[in-house]
Amino acid sequence: MNARIGTAAALGMTTLLWGCAEPGILDPAGPVAGAERVIMLNSLAIMLAIIVPVIVLTLAFAWWFRADNPKATYRPDWSYSGRLELLVWSIPALAVIFLGGIAWIGSHELAPERPLRSNQPPIRVEAISLDWKWLFVYPDYGVASVNRLVMPVGRPVAFRVTSATVMNSLMVPRLGGQIYAMSGMVGRLHYQADRAGRYEGLSAHYSGEGFADMRFDADAVAPAEFDRWVAGARASGPVLDDAGFRRLEKQSMDVRPFTYARVRPGLFDATVMAAGGHVAESASGGRER
Amino acid sequence: MFGKLGWDSIPFDNPLPLVAFGAAVAGMAALGLWAWRRGHLPYLWRDWICSVDHKRVGVMYCLLALVMLLRGFSDALMMRSQQAIAMGNDGWLPSHHYDQVFTAHGVIMIFFVAMPFMVGLMNFAVPLQLGIRDVAFPTLNSVSFWLTAAGALLINVSLVIGEFAKTGWVVYPPLSELRYSPGVGVDYYLWGLQVAGVGTLLSGVNLVTTILKMRAPGMGYSRMPMFCWTALATNLLIVAAFPILTATLAMLTLDRYLGFHFFTGDMGGNQMMFVNLIWAWGHPEVYILVLPAFGIFSEVVSTFSSKPLFGYRSMILATMAICVLSFIVWLHHFFTMGAGADVNGFFGVSTMIIAVPTGVKVFNWLFTMYGGRIRFTTPMLYSVAFMVLFVIGGMTGVMLAIPPADFVLHNSLFLVAHFHNIVIPAVLFGAFAGYTYWFPKAFGFRLDEAWGRRAFWLWATGFVVAFMPLYVLGLMGMTRRLQHYDVPSWQPWLIVASVGAVMIAGAIGCMIVQLYVSIRDRDTERLKDVTGDPWDGRTLEWSTTSPPPVFNFASLPDVSHEEPYWGMKNRAKEESRLSERPDYEDIEMPKNSPTGIVTAFFATLLGFAAVWHIWWLVILGGLGAWATFVVFAWRDEVEYEIPADEVERRDRMRREGKAKMLDLPPEAVA
Repeated sequence: MNARIGTAAALGMTTLLWGCAEPGILDPAGPVAGAERVIMLNSLAIMLAIIVPVIVLTLAFAWWFRADNPKATYRPDWSYSGRLELLVWSIPALAVIFLGGIAWIGSHELAPERPLRSNQPPIRVEAISLDWKWLFVYPDYGVASVNRLVMPVGRPVAFRVTSATVMNSLMVPRLGGQIYAMSGMVGRLHYQADRAGRYEGLSAHYSGEGFADMRFDADAVAPAEFDRWVAGARASGPVLDDAGFRRLEKQSMDVRPFTYARVRPGLFDATVMAAGGHVAESASGGRER
Repeated sequence: MFGKLGWDSIPFDNPLPLVAFGAAVAGMAALGLWAWRRGHLPYLWRDWICSVDHKRVGVMYCLLALVMLLRGFSDALMMRSQQAIAMGNDGWLPSHHYDQVFTAHGVIMIFFVAMPFMVGLMNFAVPLQLGIRDVAFPTLNSVSFWLTAAGALLINVSLVIGEFAKTGWVVYPPLSELRYSPGVGVDYYLWGLQVAGVGTLLSGVNLVTTILKMRAPGMGYSRMPMFCWTALATNLLIVAAFPILTATLAMLTLDRYLGFHFFTGDMGGNQMMFVNLIWAWGHPEVYILVLPAFGIFSEVVSTFSSKPLFGYRSMILATMAICVLSFIVWLHHFFTMGAGADVNGFFGVSTMIIAVPTGVKVFNWLFTMYGGRIRFTTPMLYSVAFMVLFVIGGMTGVMLAIPPADFVLHNSLFLVAHFHNIVIPAVLFGAFAGYTYWFPKAFGFRLDEAWGRRAFWLWATGFVVAFMPLYVLGLMGMTRRLQHYDVPSWQPWLIVASVGAVMIAGAIGCMIVQLYVSIRDRDTERLKDVTGDPWDGRTLEWSTTSPPPVFNFASLPDVSHEEPYWGMKNRAKEESRLSERPDYEDIEMPKNSPTGIVTAFFATLLGFAAVWHIWWLVILGGLGAWATFVVFAWRDEVEYEIPADEVERRDRMRREGKAKMLDLPPEAVA
């Protein structure tokens, strides 16, 4: 009967690894997601080296020391062994020292606010979460896009993220981890796409009724195509001034992507400050307040 | 007159909860009618509802948990079925309904299933294991229970009057603020949890006092059974952590009711502060749930391996280490909010450190089985399944503790799979192991083993089938709380998960049949426990009869050993006689009292009235609860006396049972 638990657990582990073939965070399309995957798989491997023997021992002990096994030796009073105690404290402690190192170093190297190393300057994007859509402002180009993020392949993207409503969390799983969008605060996040393609972006934090549709396309395109997209956006579409922002802010769901030809400068900072926040150009931590 | 309450508060457009609630009320009414026709009502009122006996309060806590499990699990079935079909369409639950369902599922499972189950088992078993007659404050204990039940009632009333919160179970502002959640849902949450939270805090105070001050003679700290140690750690955590929850929810209440700005997005409010505070309570809460389960597994593994617990002192150290460390890990719930690399790194490492004592516990259970003679009863099956599945959940937990890994896994179904992988195999299996293990002690007959095994296998396999796919879905980029989605490759996994949910439904069905069959066959040789020691136990609760007399022990046991009852049994076997008959004395026990249910009645009124802004009723409820307390405080008679003859009679029954069990001659009894 314990074999059945074992089979079940083994099945579970297989499905866990089987997931690798699927698109998602195990199929990274950029350096951030790639590094995060390495850390995840490394820690998984280190821990499997401990827990697989533990599972096997649990099942083996349970089976061998069953009451009706005449060959098993009964030790009714055996309840302490100094050596084993030392061992059972040191095994998890050693593993944790090792994994703790990974966590500490990884936490610094992959801090979302940390700019990516690149010989190209990053594209700046200011992301604002609204009920229930994403607004991406390109301050260097003066255009903005709703529910579609366009970026040139191979060039870092530096996000500043806030919310004009409740909390959300900005994430493109195949490009890397997430950062929360919170009103009055600025979150920082860096992505880079190394392969052209359409990646799914989403809000990872539940934000109310229209949450399920709060998804967007993240399109990594060739640099020339990116320039064409900017030119096209500039050529047509509405203007995002304060009145336009108030209209956009109204609750709506499942919004089709569109672009703004012009954006009022400082819209992002004004949104942060309207919610009582302060804006600093550089932040040492992940968040300005 | 009735505040915001009107006929339009009843969701006639949404018949499902109305029908479910109606069925539940009809069921309870039928049960009440049956009890009334049979003349059981006075007995129920006097000996259960008003009971201040820790055993009965404990049983009622567990009953509440089992009933609420049905409610919480119905929510789970609704979610799994919705996600199984909502690929590219809206499924069968509109989002305003689906959002209430997942919020209610979390709230009910944590606060009204896991909490009362654990508190109930601690209430029942701790005084018996400590060899004492009751908890420190018996009436307060009854008040605690009824306040918890009142909170559960308020949450369930939201099914048919008004609505429940649509915010997720930790109600993050600003979504939970008035501006984004103008309905009464969040108010039900706030008042339901405040009322239940007071109950939990009082129960924590009660059990801490009991364990620290009321142990049997000779039972030093280093002789307490492991379950009492984990109960001590748990209740210390309750006393330290629940006030944080109360204060946090009070601040959100002020925001919503009086226009304060603690957590709003404007006027200087700080939503991060709410997140900080709720998890400063929320992470210790995880250990409040899991530590008693660890204690139960310690008792069960040791008893059914017929061996003392391996590394007892090391287990105590591990328990207390977890107790302290659980307060310095809360930030791992929001690595993704951008606290910076140093802060994230610190909390990542501290979270991993807590895995060390937890790992030690697993190894110690492993070595407890080593060299044992393991009897695979239902509680032991749950324990082995726990050890196997829990290490997987622990492993994914450590993965989530690494900030860069958390950045991609946070809020995904991987996270959902992880915490269910802790809560089900550890907390729930622990509760079921404890329920099966102590059931004969509470009622004098065992639970049917065959149905127990069926329930176990369906629970264990159902869990694997329901939650392993969620790990995969998390890696495939699926986030939690999606009412619908349009990624075709997710759907097969969600369908598998819903099959797992159906298997768990089967498991719950088996548990209901088990209870029915066991009650039906309670007087048969197979199930009846005449010895008071059906499992060949080692701790003091097995030294008294099943069920124990109201005073638990005719004379308080003298403890000189880590496993006092095991020692007594061995001595009796060696000397072929039971221990000396003590000199029986009159025993004074606390009188039963309706204080608990009356207080809870007024607290329910208060909470309900506050939800609907019926201010006169708020005042009435508050005054009523206060008056109940005053009446209780000014009572004249506190205790009643059980004469020595009666004590002797009950103890003779106990001794006859023990003599029969140990094959001792009749003269050994005298």
